[in-house]
Amino acid sequence: MIKAILIFNNHGKPRLSKFYEHYSEDTEQQIIRETFHLVSKRDENVCNFLEGGLLIGGSDNKLIYRHYATLYFVFCVDSSESELGILDLIQVFVETLDKCFENVCELDLIFHVDKVHNILAEMVMGGMVLETNMNEIITQIDAQNKMEKSETFIFQSPRQDR
Amino acid sequence: MALKIVKGSIDRMFDKNLQDLVRGIRNHKEDEAKYISTCIDEIKQELKQDNIAVKANAVCKLTYLQMLGYDVSWAAFNIVEVMSSSKFTYKRIGYLAASQCFHEGTDVIMLTTNQIRKDLSSPNQYDTGVALTGLSCFVTPDLARDLANDIMTLMSHTKPYIRKKAVLIMYKVFLKYPESLRPAFPRLKEKLEDPDPGVQSAAVNVICELARRNPKNYLSLAPLFFKLMTSSTNNWVLIKIIKLFGALTPLEPRLGKKLIEPLTNLIHSTSAMSLLYECVNTVIAVLISLSSGMPNHSASIQLCVQKLRILIEDSDQNLKYLGLLAMSKILKTHPKSVQSHKDLILQCLDDKDESIRLRALDLLYGMVSKKNLMEIVKKLMLHVDKAEGTTYRDELLTKIIDICSQNNYQYITNFEWYISILVELTRLEGTRHGHLIASQMLDVAIRVKAIRGFAVAQMAMLLDNAHLLTGNTQRNGICEVLYAAAWICGEFSEHLEDPMHTLEAMLRPKVATLPGHIQAVYVQNAAKLFATVLRKQEGAPDSQAAQETSQLLIDRLPLFVQSANLEVQERASCILQLVKYIQKLQQKDVEVAEEVSALFAGELNPVAPKAQKKVPVPEGLDLDAWINDPPSESESEDEKPKAVFAKEEPKHTRPRHPEVDEKELARRREARKQEQANNPFYIKSSPSSQKVYQDAPGVEHIPVVQIDLSVPLKVPGMPMSDQYVKLEEERRQKERAEKKKKEKKKKREKRGRGKKGDSGPESEEDITPAHQVDIVTEEMPENALPSDDDDKDPNDPHKALDIDLDKPLMDSEKLPVRTHRPEVLKSPAEDGDGEPAQAEPKKRSSKEKKEKKKDKDKDRKKSKEEKKKKKHKRDAEPEEPVEEQMEEPVQSEASAEVAAPPTSTPTEASDLDFWLSNAPVLSANQEVEPTPPETTSTPETTSAAAPESEPEEPKDTEPEETKSSKHKKKKQKKEKEDKEKKKKKRHHHHHHHSDGAGDESVQNGTVEEEEPLPPMSNYCLLAENSYIKMVCDIQGNLQDGSQVVVSVIFENKSDCFLKSMEFNVLDSLNSKLQRPEGAGPHDGLTVPFQLPPGVSNEARFVFSVQSIVMPQKLKGTLTFIVKSEDSSTHEKLDFKLHFTCTSYLITTPCYSDAYAKLLESGDLKASSLKLEGVNMPFHHLLARICFHHHFSVVERIDSCASMYSRSIQGHHVCLLVKTSGETVSIDAKCDEPSLLGNVLEEIKQTFSRC
Repeated sequence: MIKAILIFNNHGKPRLSKFYEHYSEDTEQQIIRETFHLVSKRDENVCNFLEGGLLIGGSDNKLIYRHYATLYFVFCVDSSESELGILDLIQVFVETLDKCFENVCELDLIFHVDKVHNILAEMVMGGMVLETNMNEIITQIDAQNKMEKSETFIFQSPRQDR
Repeated sequence: MALKIVKGSIDRMFDKNLQDLVRGIRNHKEDEAKYISTCIDEIKQELKQDNIAVKANAVCKLTYLQMLGYDVSWAAFNIVEVMSSSKFTYKRIGYLAASQCFHEGTDVIMLTTNQIRKDLSSPNQYDTGVALTGLSCFVTPDLARDLANDIMTLMSHTKPYIRKKAVLIMYKVFLKYPESLRPAFPRLKEKLEDPDPGVQSAAVNVICELARRNPKNYLSLAPLFFKLMTSSTNNWVLIKIIKLFGALTPLEPRLGKKLIEPLTNLIHSTSAMSLLYECVNTVIAVLISLSSGMPNHSASIQLCVQKLRILIEDSDQNLKYLGLLAMSKILKTHPKSVQSHKDLILQCLDDKDESIRLRALDLLYGMVSKKNLMEIVKKLMLHVDKAEGTTYRDELLTKIIDICSQNNYQYITNFEWYISILVELTRLEGTRHGHLIASQMLDVAIRVKAIRGFAVAQMAMLLDNAHLLTGNTQRNGICEVLYAAAWICGEFSEHLEDPMHTLEAMLRPKVATLPGHIQAVYVQNAAKLFATVLRKQEGAPDSQAAQETSQLLIDRLPLFVQSANLEVQERASCILQLVKYIQKLQQKDVEVAEEVSALFAGELNPVAPKAQKKVPVPEGLDLDAWINDPPSESESEDEKPKAVFAKEEPKHTRPRHPEVDEKELARRREARKQEQANNPFYIKSSPSSQKVYQDAPGVEHIPVVQIDLSVPLKVPGMPMSDQYVKLEEERRQKERAEKKKKEKKKKREKRGRGKKGDSGPESEEDITPAHQVDIVTEEMPENALPSDDDDKDPNDPHKALDIDLDKPLMDSEKLPVRTHRPEVLKSPAEDGDGEPAQAEPKKRSSKEKKEKKKDKDKDRKKSKEEKKKKKHKRDAEPEEPVEEQMEEPVQSEASAEVAAPPTSTPTEASDLDFWLSNAPVLSANQEVEPTPPETTSTPETTSAAAPESEPEEPKDTEPEETKSSKHKKKKQKKEKEDKEKKKKKRHHHHHHHSDGAGDESVQNGTVEEEEPLPPMSNYCLLAENSYIKMVCDIQGNLQDGSQVVVSVIFENKSDCFLKSMEFNVLDSLNSKLQRPEGAGPHDGLTVPFQLPPGVSNEARFVFSVQSIVMPQKLKGTLTFIVKSEDSSTHEKLDFKLHFTCTSYLITTPCYSDAYAKLLESGDLKASSLKLEGVNMPFHHLLARICFHHHFSVVERIDSCASMYSRSIQGHHVCLLVKTSGETVSIDAKCDEPSLLGNVLEEIKQTFSRC
């Protein structure tokens, strides 16, 4: 099970937080802060696993993260997930974001956190991996975007507003 | 900008969307909080608008703010509104917000059930998808129960996109509603072989997650997974399956054997590191499970270790980390194979990556032996020096202590060395682990008697050099070791070389800067030292010295008497007075040493952890029993507390203490004294027993080791453990040499036996400890209970999922089907047409009962299986004739088992057996064969069993499948029927006379934009006895002004079969039961069905009424035959049908202009009603009136609404409902005053009930 997915930047500003267990808003912020603290002090060329999910769950949990440019992608998982598999999943996630936003950068995530959520929802559902095939994910996302467009014109397509 | 262009088409009240909000926040860096609070105010305004687009936008912004840590739960209701939008765009926003901030405590969640159900069945797959995704985040037990069936249906959806989501979410449903696991499992299993890889992967995912927690229930799936493992190419799926096998193998070693080969192949063939790693991991798990008596797997271990070595040597830090992680698993069972890679692991200790160093440290823990402990710790000590000032250093410190102290200091051969290591560790500055070192020192000094002399010398040194440790007390946790040092020196002061010197060191003024608790120990132990010093000095010719010592204490102690710390102060002043008194005696030349040391005599033994817990509860002591009778809850204690106590006290003492005569008491007192004398925990009052300390036989026989003091002890600030390492080396060499000599001798003696020489490396056993170390075992209470620490968390949600999945499904376990659930009302505002929904409250309670029964069944089944195993003929049947009916499914299963082995549960197990061992499975067959033919399950019961129980016949997955499809068909059919009925304007047939519950549920399901409400029901209890329960609902018939339809649900509560039910009512002048033509006026109506145990069904009866202005009651009787296994009896049940005036009203829509005209017409009589203390939202209130009293809302403005209804005979009833606070006033008008009066009265009753 994936317990939480966090994205924050190099300064610890949250860009996306998805908790698959309920925590109060304060606890969530604390988790984000602590996770940032743990992850940010690690060198670039060390391993991508960190033990001790601290606030989330018990000793069974691990933080698996990747650092891309200005953003950290952190998955908090328990022992039923394969460490390397999750690393791959993060890669798929980022590549999918890249495809959907055309050269994704932090600003895309800042302004379109809802869309990032929607993409994530096609990959991970309720803490379980739903789909790992990028093409499949993108097909579904596109279909939904198309539907949205046909339905309303209140919300702009991802890139319009930058 | 594009944004500007799209504006305008809708008149939008807002000008800030999510992007604007984000931008605004970024532009207000300095006063972000203030800016956000104004934004929240704006959002609140936006949420008040009617425009759903505005609301959705507001909710979208709230979702963002939630991420920033703002509580947005106040908007939960608005989120629900947005969720129920018909537009996908808004719906998605709503569900996203809900998934981010809803949880089990969110109360509006209960309003969403119907909306979610509607979305789940939406023709648009993305509506369904979005609902499933959202639900996966906030599913509650209620939602899970209500929606389980709908989601299960979706598992067979035509679109794989929906299927995979439905499959995944089932896991969440299982967690919240464990009862759904068994009914849903067959379909879940089926999905393992779904043609779509995504669905398959999802199913694997769910089952793996389930099996991880309760693996034994999923063993029977092993062959299927094995097939998948060998056929699948999806690495993700493979990883999951392989992980699952890792969890299963410990339960079934044969499975492990079977797995080794394909796994090894995968290890050799795969290029994916993740897969390779998981394979290795599972092979390790297999090897662990096989660890005993399987010689042929050293090759596999070698393969694993070798692969792991490759991983560890890889430049990729991730692989290195995982390699070490897996290594540590091998370590547990095959330490030798790992130990050969010690070099590699020690190398990893130097890695720059902390995670890797920590992993390597973990490995070290398992790799130490008597032989290499010193070497490894030496290396670690080097690291400690290097890693100054980091948390890693603290980690190292704890690891060193862990490694050394593991298994009761198993690997320590030389405790002098260990003490010196501990002393060296005290030189670490700024460590948090001072107390850890201290406790180790105490532990070793107390438990290893032989080392006390040495330890005391070292501690004395520490005390002497205390200034080195206490450099800056504030941030230095290391001064904790002084606590241990002081205590050890005091307690074992007889070993001190120069107690006087140590005493002086302990009374230095600087001590006063130490933390209070340490000072307290100092003071107390100074007194102990003082006693020792006195003994020495009194024996000596120079008597002056003793007095000087006393004077020293008298001089120094006042410093501590002034301490702010109470403990220190108290001890110091106590001891000061004591010493003053001693000094007085000394001046009179009295020998006091003996008595002073008696103060501190007696030995403290270590007590085992949890010793207290393991003290057995004395027989006859019930700790849960009330001492006093529990105060009854109804009684108000405040009123007369005295009376309560006065009354209770004599009551409880009486039974506990029967009269005891003097003799008995004396005897008991004696026994208790005896016991106390033997009890080491009891503090004895007589001082005589304390002297024992000096010459206790227990101390003598302990070999006190003469310490070789060739090593200079007093080199403060210099590491000296190395010297011990060297010394130890020498010692071992010497020993070895001696041994060689001995062996040579032996060899010479018995040359005939060609034994292998001593040339090999010395083995573990050869190293003898330097001292005859005698570790004092920890004390345990007498007859301590065996440890049974079950550390399973009772709150673990997975515990509830420990369910046997192979058992065939019971009838009672079917998932609740939607048509039988209480319907959720639509909001009156939108309620244009259609009658209010009906509900069947009975169903739920019956369901609960069934569940209880199910449990019972389970128990019985278990016991039966046990019986079977014992191979006894079961003859329990005649014993419980009443329960026979209920037992039936169990029995039929049991018989089926015997008759046709390849069908049911145990068969599956034996299938597994067969699959696991390629040889014929004898054991399994033997188990089944000797069971006596079970066909004794009488033909009578089988014939009596209802058709419902037939599909219970356990035939693998098929029955469930057919059942569920049957279910579906049934439902569809019912819906169709209802629709048809509607068209044909329904006629004849008793139970088809009016719109049924099914009808409404269809309507309800399709009404859009509704505002869900808590479930309500109009069914009320009619009558009940031990066999049957009847609930009924009465509705007028709009088509015929003189007809009323009574729907009655009959529920069989017994274990027997109910048949030939006849329903009869004593007609009154005004109301008559409509009987078929030709029937007499007093004949009953036959209920058109029979009821098997636990089943309920509904029948409808039509009554004709003349006047409807008054409520009335009709007496009636239900007769039926109870058919149990060997008898059948006639039973009857009387009831009273209550025709309320409400039941003559029919929900009729009315337009506001028509309504106004009606009121103006002036031929309506008015009446009014006031309700106090109604504590519910206004829309709930309206909904209740609509639902229970068949009104519809004409218009609603704020807290005021006009409502309308019509009787079956065309009377108009108009209501004007106003609310303010908890007061509701209803002004009503009707053309029939008595009808109105009665209706109002009934409304009043409705609200007084809730």
